[in-house]
Amino acid sequence: MTRDGARVWGAGLYLGLMLAFLYLPIVVMIVMAFNRSPLYELPFVFDLVWFKALATNDRLLQASFNSLWIALVTAAIATVLGMLAAYAFARYEFRAKRTLQVLLFPPITIPWLIVGTSMLVFFFWTGIGRGLHAILLGHVALALPYVIVVIGARFQAVDASLEEAALTAGASPWQAFTRITLPLLAPGLIAAALFAFAVSFDQFVISYFLAPPGVSTLPVEIYSAIRKGFTPEINAVSALIILLSMGLMLIVARFYKFGGER
Amino acid sequence: MSKVTVDSVSKFYGAVAALDHVSLTFEDGEFFGLLGPSGSGKTTLLRMIAGFVAPDTGSVSFDGERVDTVPVQKRGIGMVFQNYALFPHLSVADNIAFGLSVRSAPRAEIDRRVGEMLELVQLPGKGGRKPRELSGGQQQRVALARALITQPKVLLLDEPLGALDRRLRQEMQVELRQIQRRLAITTIFVTHDQEEALTLSDRIAIINDGKIAQVGAPQEIYEAPDSVFTAQFLGDANVLRGQPSGTRLTLADGSRIETNGPNAGIAIVRPEKIRIERGHRPPTGNGLQGVVAQAVYSGASVTYRLAVPATGDTPFLAFAQNQSGGVIAPGEPVTVSWETAQTIVVKP
Repeated sequence: MTRDGARVWGAGLYLGLMLAFLYLPIVVMIVMAFNRSPLYELPFVFDLVWFKALATNDRLLQASFNSLWIALVTAAIATVLGMLAAYAFARYEFRAKRTLQVLLFPPITIPWLIVGTSMLVFFFWTGIGRGLHAILLGHVALALPYVIVVIGARFQAVDASLEEAALTAGASPWQAFTRITLPLLAPGLIAAALFAFAVSFDQFVISYFLAPPGVSTLPVEIYSAIRKGFTPEINAVSALIILLSMGLMLIVARFYKFGGER
Repeated sequence: MSKVTVDSVSKFYGAVAALDHVSLTFEDGEFFGLLGPSGSGKTTLLRMIAGFVAPDTGSVSFDGERVDTVPVQKRGIGMVFQNYALFPHLSVADNIAFGLSVRSAPRAEIDRRVGEMLELVQLPGKGGRKPRELSGGQQQRVALARALITQPKVLLLDEPLGALDRRLRQEMQVELRQIQRRLAITTIFVTHDQEEALTLSDRIAIINDGKIAQVGAPQEIYEAPDSVFTAQFLGDANVLRGQPSGTRLTLADGSRIETNGPNAGIAIVRPEKIRIERGHRPPTGNGLQGVVAQAVYSGASVTYRLAVPATGDTPFLAFAQNQSGGVIAPGEPVTVSWETAQTIVVKP
C-alpha cells in the first residue's frame, strides 16, 4: 500500500468512527423501535407493536402534541421579535446599543438549571404561575438570543443602501422591507426559526420546572416514563421525531444555502 | 425635470457641522458636480436633497416647492449609489422595473418601459440575468436604468463611477453625459475625482468643511480659482506669498512679480502655464530663478520640482511639454517665467 493510500484509508477510518459514534445510538434506537422484543433482544423480529402501543398511549401523544405546538409557536414568536431586534441593531444607532448586544450572551451561557430555577421563582412571584403559557413564555425568552444572533449575522449581507435604493425608486418603507429586505433575510429567518424550534423542542429543565402536575412536554414525559420503567414506545416516538426533524433539515438544506448568497 | 434649490441648509452632528448654511441652485436640466475632499459634506448635501438627511436649518425645494418634509419615496428622485445597490435576488429586468412595479403599473407598460431602458443603457437582452452575472460597468448601467425608469425630476449620483477602472470610467462618463443630455434631466453628482467633475459638469461646486468654496463652470473655476484651497484641490498650483503693493507682490527673496489684479499678498500660478529654460537669465516679465530638484519624465510631459528661493521650502512645480526630447537634470540652474495674466490673485 502506498503512503497516500494509507493516509486516505486512515482518514476514512477516522470519519467512519466519528459517524458511528454520532449516529450508531440513533440508528440502534430506530431499529429497536421495530423490534418485537421490549428488551433489545436479538434476533431482530420486525413488528409495529410499539407504534400500535404508542397510538393508544394518550399521555405520550398529548405530551408530543404539547411539545410540537409550543415549539412551533416559540419559533414563530421568537423569529418575529428577534427579527425586529436584529433590525434595530443593524440599522439604528441608539443609547446603550453595545450594552444590549453584550447582554444577549449571558442567557446562552448560564446553565439552564439556573435559568429554570430563576424563572420558576419569578413566575411564581409575579403570579404568572406554571402551565403551558409559562413554558411558552420561558421558551421564547430562551430562544430570543439565538434568533437575534443568527438573524443579525444575515443582516451583514443585506446592505442598508438596498433599502435606500428601494425608497428612491418610490417604494414605501413597508414595500422596501417586504420586497427587498425580507426575501434577502429569508435564509437567516428560516435558520433562526429552526434554531428556536430546536431550543424549545429539546428543552427539558425549564419545561420540567414550569409544568404543573398533569401537564408535560415530550422530554418531560420521556424522562418520567424512563423513571417508571423503560418501554420501547419511547423508541417508537423517538424514531418518528428523528425522521421528522431529519426530513425537515433535508428540505431546508435543499432550498437554502445557509450563510451564503442565494 | 426640475430646478432644485437648497437655501441655507445645515446639518450638525454634535458640535461638528457637516453642512454649514449652504445655499445652491441647481438649474433645470443642468449636470452639476459636487466636488470636495472626503468629509467635506458633499455626500451629506446629496443625501439631504434625496431626503435621507433632514436639514437642521434652511430648506430644500424642487421647482419652488419645499420638499424637506416630503419622505424620500414621494420626492420623485432617481438615485445611483456608489456600490450600485442592485437587488441581488431580482433579475436585471426586475431591478429596473422595481420603481414601476411598486407603483402597480400595468404589466404591459412595465415590460415596454424596461425594454426601452435596456436599450437606453445599451444592455438589450440582458434582462434575464442576475446582477452578479454582470460586469461592474454593466451593473452601473442597470443602476442608472433603475433610477431613470420612473422619469424622476432629479437624478442623484453618489460617486457613480468610483468603482470602475480608468478606461471603463472614461467610456461611462461619455455615455452618462449623452444620456443626461438626451433626457435633459437635472443631475447632481458627488465625486472626489477632479477630472471627472471637470469632464462631466456644466457647473461645479467645490465644497470644503461643510461650506461652498466656489461655484462655477469648470473652466471658470480652474482658470480663476478664488482661494488657495480651490486652486490646489482642483489641479495643482504654486502659491506665491509676499508683500502686496497694488498689483505688485514682493516675495521672500525680494523678487517682484506682477499679479492679474490688486492683491492682498497671495497669488497662484498653475504649473502648466510656466516656461522653463536652462541657466539663470534676467527675468523678463514674471520670472524666478532656481535649481531643478527633481524631474519626473512621463513621456508626453516632464514634471519638474524646483528649489526656488522665492517660495522657500515649498517646491515650485512646472509641467513642461516634451518638445525637445531632453530632460533638464537635477542640480541644473533654471529660469522659470509666466504671463502676468496667469498670476491669479486669490484669498488665502
